[in-house]
Amino acid sequence: MKSEHPSPSHNLISEHIVPPRVYFAIFASLMVLTAATVAAAFMDLGPFNLAVALVIATIKATLVVLYFMHVRYNPKLVWLAIALAVSWLGVLVVVTMSDYLSRTWLPFPGK
Amino acid sequence: MQADVHAATAAHAHQFEDAAQQREAVTLGMWAFLVTEILFFGGLFTAYTLYRWSFPAAFALSSHHLDVVLGGVNTVVLICSSLTMAMAVHAAQIGRRRGLVAFLLLTLLLGGAFLGIKAVEYHHKYTEHLIPGHSFRMAPEALPAGVDPASDAIIAGGVPSVNPGVAADLQRHAQIFFSLYFAMTGMHALHMIVGLGLLTWLLLAARGGRFTREYNSPVEIVGLYWHFVDIVWIFLFPLLYLIGRHA
Repeated sequence: MKSEHPSPSHNLISEHIVPPRVYFAIFASLMVLTAATVAAAFMDLGPFNLAVALVIATIKATLVVLYFMHVRYNPKLVWLAIALAVSWLGVLVVVTMSDYLSRTWLPFPGK
Repeated sequence: MQADVHAATAAHAHQFEDAAQQREAVTLGMWAFLVTEILFFGGLFTAYTLYRWSFPAAFALSSHHLDVVLGGVNTVVLICSSLTMAMAVHAAQIGRRRGLVAFLLLTLLLGGAFLGIKAVEYHHKYTEHLIPGHSFRMAPEALPAGVDPASDAIIAGGVPSVNPGVAADLQRHAQIFFSLYFAMTGMHALHMIVGLGLLTWLLLAARGGRFTREYNSPVEIVGLYWHFVDIVWIFLFPLLYLIGRHA
């Protein structure tokens, strides 16, 4: 179905067919980024080794979500669901770590 | 175009206005499931964050006992399988049945290859006594430069655990690393096994001509699942295999 078809349904989620060359470009990027993450791990970047690994992994995940999973062409409702998942994940990690990281800050007797 | 509209009408269930509305419901429903999956794995990643922060030396040391080559090859295998899965979805969307069957089969084979390599790795861990438990014994190895076992004394609660017995502490904390390694890669592998089952079902249905240009939602949402499992591995690989490799 062409997206210019004058049906009201296509305001919702018109099937977007991603051309294979986009998939191949994303695949190539993922391969390059995999090589980059391995190369970076063998370099001494001090405290930035973890940061670089996480940034590269996040870029790879974003490429997969946007193109392989078609989210770039999906309605905002799908974006909202993903944004909520990421926010809850943030709450999970931040609240848990704020507990553990701060446990030694105050001197409690008998510890 | 008129014929297309008719075919689409036949391809959606009666509770939906049209095929496009059904597609939106299908996609959103699958994402709602994936949100729960993100938080399920999120719990494991939170535990990982906490213990890596608590025992950085033990984690760096333990990571050296994982096989970067096998882990890296598996990363490549999984990304290839994501490409073939994306191509399978594309074949379904343009109504190429033979292409769909071929790409599903390729995805299935790559998924199987991943699990095979994983099994080899698990076997190595078994023979090297790296399964947490009574017979756990991480072989002694020179500490990576800049890694001070005493730094692992910063345990939650501030109880210093080193001296006496830094080595014993390292062994204990290494077991936490390997517990997380097996829990995380194990849950990931279980998801792969489920994925292989779903792919087998798709393959049989596709061969039977079940999917058309108008109706291919099962291929699309199994694709979403497969890519999600790929993303989990994209994070697991650097976090488990690549700690302190420069030392």
